[in-house]
Amino acid sequence: MAEPRKRVGLFVTCLVDLFRPSVGFAAAKLIEDTGCSVHVPLQSCCGQPAFNSGDRNTARAIAEQVIERFSPFDYVVAPSGSCAGMLKAHYTELFAGDPNWFPRAETFAAKTFELVSFLVDVMKVERAASHFGGTVTYHDACSGLRELGVHAQPRRLLGTIPGVRLVEMRDPDVCCGFGGTFCVKYADISNAIVEKKAANIAATGADTLLAGDLGCLMNMAGKLQREGKEIEVRHVAEVLAGMTSEPGIGQSADEHEPAA
Amino acid sequence: MNAFSTSPQFKDNARAALADRELQSALKFVEVNFIARRQEVADKLPEFDALRDSARDIKNHTLANLDLYLEAWEKRVVAQGGKVHYAVTAEDARKIVLDLCRKLGARTVTKGKSMIGEEIAINEYLEANGITPVETDLGEYIIQLRHELPSHIIAPAVHLTKAQVEADFRRVHTHLDANRDLTEPTTMLAEARGVLRDRFLAADVGITGANFLVAETGSSVIVTNEGNGDLTQTLPKAHIVLASIEKLVPTLEDLAQVLRVLARSATGQEMSVYTTVSTGPRREDDPDGPGEYHVVVLDNGRSAMLGGEFRDMLRCIRCGACMNHCPVYHAVGGHAYGWVYPGPMGAVLTPSLIGLDKAGNLPNASTFCGRCEEVCPVHIPLPKLMRHWREREFERHLSPATVRGGLAFWGFFAKRPRLYGLATSVAMRVLAWFGRGRGRFAHLPLAGGWTRYRDFPSPQGATFQSQWKARQR
Repeated sequence: MAEPRKRVGLFVTCLVDLFRPSVGFAAAKLIEDTGCSVHVPLQSCCGQPAFNSGDRNTARAIAEQVIERFSPFDYVVAPSGSCAGMLKAHYTELFAGDPNWFPRAETFAAKTFELVSFLVDVMKVERAASHFGGTVTYHDACSGLRELGVHAQPRRLLGTIPGVRLVEMRDPDVCCGFGGTFCVKYADISNAIVEKKAANIAATGADTLLAGDLGCLMNMAGKLQREGKEIEVRHVAEVLAGMTSEPGIGQSADEHEPAA
Repeated sequence: MNAFSTSPQFKDNARAALADRELQSALKFVEVNFIARRQEVADKLPEFDALRDSARDIKNHTLANLDLYLEAWEKRVVAQGGKVHYAVTAEDARKIVLDLCRKLGARTVTKGKSMIGEEIAINEYLEANGITPVETDLGEYIIQLRHELPSHIIAPAVHLTKAQVEADFRRVHTHLDANRDLTEPTTMLAEARGVLRDRFLAADVGITGANFLVAETGSSVIVTNEGNGDLTQTLPKAHIVLASIEKLVPTLEDLAQVLRVLARSATGQEMSVYTTVSTGPRREDDPDGPGEYHVVVLDNGRSAMLGGEFRDMLRCIRCGACMNHCPVYHAVGGHAYGWVYPGPMGAVLTPSLIGLDKAGNLPNASTFCGRCEEVCPVHIPLPKLMRHWREREFERHLSPATVRGGLAFWGFFAKRPRLYGLATSVAMRVLAWFGRGRGRFAHLPLAGGWTRYRDFPSPQGATFQSQWKARQR
């Protein structure tokens, strides 16, 4: 007897929801291609802005909602290392010592994954069915890398796309300076950090920058564009799913030349 | 009173640091050198990660039994003719040191590098009381000439360029030939050594720090690369060690384990050039050594950390790896943090020692990239501890009203997903309409912090959730 289809709750993340729905649809396609069904329960945010600002009560209130609404699903998948890190690594911290919520947070954490890690580590996806073509460079966003061990997975899948050539930038694992509210609270420092990142990206000569976190991508895209550097910036899910007809992040329709 | 602090002005300090070209060129050294060297020695040692776990466990065990080990250590010190002085506050520690110096009739003291010395601002205090302190570590010597605080816990003058040091030497060493060649760092080092040689011989008291205190033997231990510490502590009549309660390790065996991760994490050396274990004053058959051996053990808020959520910070062995790998430190350097301890370890420790009201910016000025925790030789969860400070700040209503207000506004909607969905889908449509054509904004009301330096991408249009819902119908 065939196993029933696994049900995946897509935690789309607030930034994708608001700014770049195409990443959500790319994530949904990638998950559906593994044979799972995709569901999107009502959601707002993972609570990280409150958690990292020291407001534990608000963070907890949001976390309870997320755990509750995603309880019917076999997996929870988020196209962001930062948000997935919050759901997987920090919700348990929020509920430490709470006899009701801590076990629920643990169960929730165990079934939660960052998108590319879910594809490769859980669903054992070996190839990306994409016809994307171009020279790309990949930035390792911090939370995905250090909290969830996302490093080899995106590179492995990108390597299976025939038209993609991956050129590593210098210090791909160094922070881009986004840091959530940090980028506006300490704008000068954030700028100094993203300036270095933009220089390292430009030095690769790649025509596309990829990463797995929209916050970092918006930061890097915004800097590259302010500096007049013509590098298309995309979430890695868009390329893996072969859904790149939308202009890149912060790009106008005119600047975007659909791949031949 | 602790050392003078400009931590409340962190933002202004940071802005000035970013505009300081000499500082920016000096800071490149940190990023380029320390990181690669550490990686290289770490890669060469297959058991490096196992050693880090072991170092963490040793420190945790010591902290859990700190009272017992302190007592055992003190007994050994006394049995060997040394004296132990406990100081609850920085003020207490300063007075103890001054009293000792006065009893010894000291006019000049030489100093090995000591962060506790910086923490209690001992130099200013001795000077104000007519005793001349002379720093003998090259980096400390340089910043003493400039009346500055160290900008890094193991490389105090890392914020300076070679040209700046040369200028200081010419300004201060006026007894030397004005036309001498000082272009090479080695000639500058030789010059400093020449000047310091006479000071070593003239000093009445030598003050050093302690990287570790060993309970089993009653020893204090320093690691240095210049050998200045040995001259400081063996030549004068008395050796005063400045230490703090968390420097203890139980045995020499434990010491050996922790030393193996210290130099590798700090400078990328397998061992520092000198590791000096001092056990009591000169014995009868010793060829040399100080006549008196005193250890000042500082608390200054540390025992309060023992029982609370910042206890993990007391494991710190002061290697500096966290700041060496910190993008914020790379950008602004150590002085911007405004007190003795910079970088991620400083961001956690400083609020404990001088108060969150003064140092609140420090744990906030982090992207939480986690690189500090990744390289910490004793696995201190630095981002988590910084977040704990943000929680204390939020609870005590110390965070700025704009931040609290913004958070409350956002939180109101985030806790009500249906309302949030309605509000955001309207807001995104409006924003997308304004951003149509160009795809991004160069200016955006209420987002000045962002758009001052970057463009802000326009949303694609309808939110994901509203589009998804429409498709499911």
